[in-house]
Amino acid sequence: MTKPMYRGETPKIIALGAEAALIKHTFLGMPAVYKVRLPKPYRDPKLDLRLRSERTATEAKIIHDLRLAGLPVPALYYVSLSEGLIVMEYVEGDLLRDLINRRISGYVDLVRELGKVIALMHGLGVVHGDMTTSNVVVREGTPYVIDFGLAKYSSELEDVGVDVHLFIRAVESTHYDVMEEVTIAFFEGYASIAGEERVKEIKEKVKEIRLRGRYVEERRQKRNK
Amino acid sequence: MIILGIESTAHTFGVGIVKDEPEYILADVRAKYVPEKGGIHPREASLYFMREAPRVIAEALQTAGLRMNDVDGIAVALGPGMGPCLRVGATIARALSVYFNKPLIPVNHAVAHIEIGKLITGAKDPLIVYLSGGNTIIAAFVAGRYRIFGETLDIPLGNFMDTFVREVGLAPPYVVKGMHQLDKCAEESKEKKILNLPYVVKGQDVSFSGLLTAALRLVRSGKAKLEDVCYTVREIAYSAIIEVSERGLAHTGKKEVLLVGGVAASSVLRSKFEAMAALRRVDVKVVPPKYAGDNGVMIAWTGLLALKHGVTIEPERAYVRQRWKLDQADVPWGDP
Ligand SMILES: Nc1ncnc2c1ncn2[C@@H]1O[C@H](COP(=O)(O)OP(=O)(O)OP(=O)(O)O)[C@@H](O)[C@H]1O
Ligand SMILES: Nc1ncnc2c1ncn2[C@@H]1O[C@H](COP(=O)(O)OP(=O)(O)OP(=O)(O)O)[C@@H](O)[C@H]1O
Ligand SMILES: [Mg+2]
Ligand SMILES: [Mg+2]
Repeated sequence: MTKPMYRGETPKIIALGAEAALIKHTFLGMPAVYKVRLPKPYRDPKLDLRLRSERTATEAKIIHDLRLAGLPVPALYYVSLSEGLIVMEYVEGDLLRDLINRRISGYVDLVRELGKVIALMHGLGVVHGDMTTSNVVVREGTPYVIDFGLAKYSSELEDVGVDVHLFIRAVESTHYDVMEEVTIAFFEGYASIAGEERVKEIKEKVKEIRLRGRYVEERRQKRNK
Repeated sequence: MIILGIESTAHTFGVGIVKDEPEYILADVRAKYVPEKGGIHPREASLYFMREAPRVIAEALQTAGLRMNDVDGIAVALGPGMGPCLRVGATIARALSVYFNKPLIPVNHAVAHIEIGKLITGAKDPLIVYLSGGNTIIAAFVAGRYRIFGETLDIPLGNFMDTFVREVGLAPPYVVKGMHQLDKCAEESKEKKILNLPYVVKGQDVSFSGLLTAALRLVRSGKAKLEDVCYTVREIAYSAIIEVSERGLAHTGKKEVLLVGGVAASSVLRSKFEAMAALRRVDVKVVPPKYAGDNGVMIAWTGLLALKHGVTIEPERAYVRQRWKLDQADVPWGDP
C-alpha cells in the first residue's frame, strides 16, 4: 500500500466484518475508512481472489454511482482491486441497529427515512444484497447505507423482493420486539417514493420468497425420485 | 426425571428414553422406513410406522429396564414433517399420555436436532448451522427462541449435492465410506481449476439453484472435465456456507459454532469451518453422525427440558403442525 496515505493520525481498526477489516484513518487530510478484503484461508485461492476483486469493484462502482445520484452513501476516495482495498468517506455516527436497540426517540422516523432511501436506490436499478440495520450508519438524522459488496444492478422484482426479504428477516431476528412498527415504517417510507401499488407487489414477492427453501417435506419426497 | 420421546416426522419412527442426569440416554430404538424405490410415500411410511410402533416402544422400555409407570412424561414431535407420519406419533403419544396419566409434551423437531447437539457436544450458546438434505439454516438463540439469521433461498445444501452427483451419474450411492460423492470427485481434480460458475450469497442467505443448472449445463457441454466441475461446485457451495456462517458470527457475536445435520459429516467442510473459526477465535462443535439423523432421543431430551419449564399440552389439543417452523417454537429453557 502506498505509504503517504497513512500519514497523519494513527490508523485504528473499527470493525472486523465478515468480509473485511475496517480501518479508520485519514485520506488526503479527510477522515476516511479503509475497507480491506483480506484473503480467507478456507477458500480456494483462485476463488478467493475472484470474489475479493469482484466485490471490491462492485462496491466501489455502486457507491460512486449512488453518490453521484445524490443518495446518502459514503464518497469514494480510492480503490485498489489487487489489494482488495477501498478508501471511502468516514461517516461519523451510530449504526441504525444500535439506535433501534437503544430505542432512541425517533428511531421509527429513521427507519421510514431508510425506506425512502432504499426505494430511491431500487428506483435507480440497484439492489443492495445485504440489507440489515448493521449496514446503515446514521449521521445527523440521515441514514447512510454502506457495505455494497453484494450489490448489483437489477430492477427485477425477484431481486428487489430478495432485498426487502433480507431486511425484514434481519429485523425479525435482531429487533424482534419492535419488529412490527419497524417494518411498517420501512414500507411507509418506501411507498412514499415508489407508491402503494409497487409496495403491494413487493410484499407479495417477499411472501413467496419466504416459502421457498424452507420446507422439508416436499424436498425430502422429491429428493429420491 | 425420566422422559420417553417419540419421533415420527418423516422416515424414522424412533423412541428414546432419557434421564436428567448422566448417562442421560437410557434407550434409543429406531425403525427406518426405506422405500423400495423412489421417494418417501408418506402414507406407506405411516403404515410402516403403525406396524413397527409397538415393537419399538417395547424394546425401548426393555433396554432402559423400565415400565411405562416409571416414566414422568411423554414427549412427541408434533412437527414440522409429513402429515400422515406425524399423526402416527401423535396418536400413540396421546393414547399413552391418557392411559398412563402422564403429561404430554409437544416438541418441535428442528429444536430437538439442536438440543441433542448441545447436549452431546457441550455447546452452550452457539451459532447453529443446520445442513441436511432438507434444511439449510443459520440460527441462534435470542430472547426465548431460535431465530433464523440465514437460510437457503431455494434448495438445501445436501439436496443440491445429491442432485448434482446423481444427475452426472456418480450416484447413488451418495455417500461412500463417510465421503460424499461430490467430495470424492472434487479430490480427483488435479489442477484444482476454478471454472466460471455462479457464486450466490445474499446477505446471510445462500442460493444453489443457479449453480446447479449452470454446473449441469457445463458437464453436458463436455467443455470441462467432470472432476474440475466437481471441484468448483464443491468449493463454491462450501465457501458460500462458510461465508454466511461467518457473517452470522460477526452479527451475533456468538463464540461457538454448532454444526448439525448430515452434511456436517463432510471432513472437507469441517476443516473449512475450522479455518474460519480459528480466524475469528471461536470453537467449532459437530454433532456426531449417530445423533445427526432423526431419532427419538432428541425428542425425549427436548421434552425433558420443556417439562422442567412447565411446557405441556392437553392431549385433545395436541394437533400435528406440518409447517411448524424453527423460529415459531418457544424455547423457555434456552437462556445460556
Ligand atoms: N464509511 C463508513 N463510515 C463509518 N463506519 C463504517 C463505514 N464503513 C463501515 N463502517 C463500520 O464498519 C462496519 C463493517 O463494515 P462493512 O459492513 O462494510 O463490513 P463487511 O465486512 O462487509 O461486513 P459484513 O459482515 O456485513 O459483510 C460497519 O458496520 C460500520 O460500523
Ligand atoms: N459424509 C458426508 N459428507 C457430505 N454430505 C453427507 C455425508 N453424509 C451424509 N451427507 C448428506 O446429508 C444429507 C442427509 O442429511 P440428514 O440425514 O441429516 O437429513 P435429511 O433427512 O436429509 O433432512 P432433515 O432431517 O433436515 O429434514 C444428504 O444430503 C447426504 O448426502
Ligand atoms: Mg456489513
Ligand atoms: Mg459485507
